[in-house]
Amino acid sequence: MHDVAMSNFVNLDTLNIAYLFILGFVGGLVSGFIGSGGAFVLTPGMMSIGVPALVAVASNMCHKFPKALVGAIKRYRYGQVDVKLGVIMGISAEAGVLIGAGLQNKIKVAFGDAGSNLYVSVAFVLVLAVVGGIILKDVLKSLKAGTTNDEETLTKLAKWVQSINIPGTMVYFKSLNARISILFTIPVGFATGILAATIAVGGFIGVPGMMYVFGVSGLMASASELVTAFVMGLGGSFKYAMHGLVDIRLSMIILAGSLFGIQLGAIGTTYVKPFMIKVVMATIMIVVMFSRALMVPVYLSQLKVIGELGDTMTKVLKNTSFAIMAFALLIGAFIILKALWSGLVTERKLALKKV
Amino acid sequence: MKSTGRKKPYLKVAFLGMVAAVLYALLLLKQDIVLEYISRGGMFAILPIITAFLFSFVHGSFTGGFWTVVGIEAKKERR
Repeated sequence: MHDVAMSNFVNLDTLNIAYLFILGFVGGLVSGFIGSGGAFVLTPGMMSIGVPALVAVASNMCHKFPKALVGAIKRYRYGQVDVKLGVIMGISAEAGVLIGAGLQNKIKVAFGDAGSNLYVSVAFVLVLAVVGGIILKDVLKSLKAGTTNDEETLTKLAKWVQSINIPGTMVYFKSLNARISILFTIPVGFATGILAATIAVGGFIGVPGMMYVFGVSGLMASASELVTAFVMGLGGSFKYAMHGLVDIRLSMIILAGSLFGIQLGAIGTTYVKPFMIKVVMATIMIVVMFSRALMVPVYLSQLKVIGELGDTMTKVLKNTSFAIMAFALLIGAFIILKALWSGLVTERKLALKKV
Repeated sequence: MKSTGRKKPYLKVAFLGMVAAVLYALLLLKQDIVLEYISRGGMFAILPIITAFLFSFVHGSFTGGFWTVVGIEAKKERR
């Protein structure tokens, strides 16, 4: 039994350590900026050096909560975090994680690995298409109307949500400067948790949910999501660790890189217009959607729903999918670093003028 | 010369960096002991959680200070 548990852990050499560190840095940079999003390269990244899937998921989660904590503290100092909203969302997300993980298990038992992979990929594609599409539409609208510099306006839905008064459930949120019923925040938090248990990136519902359903600004939504991720990740990590699945070495090496990244990402948010957060988020979501869509035929063929694809075709699709995913994150990282750089340059020029 | 006139936290960052380096060295040099404990599961689950908090505190403060020292800081006035 003990040997079985020990066989979950891979040998680490210098190359592996450097690889995990860089992976962590890019993941952290994106998370610091848009509130989430590093997980989908980290889990496959760990698996590519031989870490079993479940250990990769568990170790990713155990790096996520301390990372989210550091990011949340940093952005709290910039006045961007609504702790109350983040915690309430986090607790309801925890419930979503439990249900989502149960569902995941049932699918795995009924349809095997290919079935569960198909479910995850379809969930990825559907959620990213819908949510990414909404954000992209919003971004394009601002671009067309030339209002990228303006403060964000409330959506119709958010106006409606803020106008509803359900006695006994109303809570004041500083990010909204208004009271809304927690009967609205609970389902959004719950959905965030279900998604986190399914595709490991709950923020893809949490952040847009806070923005478009409640009316929180992009800056505050992405910052408060870090609190939600912390609450959710802490509970999840403990559960996995109780089964001896957390390889703390992997978690801490990724954390080493991602803490450099998340600080930089958080600093980046102070230099950009709120509009840029949406641009980065939409870009990553849409590109990742294509990456996951490529994998759907692979799983369909494994389930014998469509004809056999052949080894070469499967390999090509798998590699292209991973490459596109990595590309999505690198593009995100590039936009963030570029925004940070031009912000710093402008700031220095201003400082020099003052002297 | 920076116009802020604030001193950069060189000493603090160097100290935190060293502590972080020691923590990481311990984690990687004593892998056998680490793996032995984390594979036990059950209430030993608290160990990786404590480790995560400790590392995030030390390394988080270090990386924060690190960017300040190299001159990358948040924008001064918020909108």
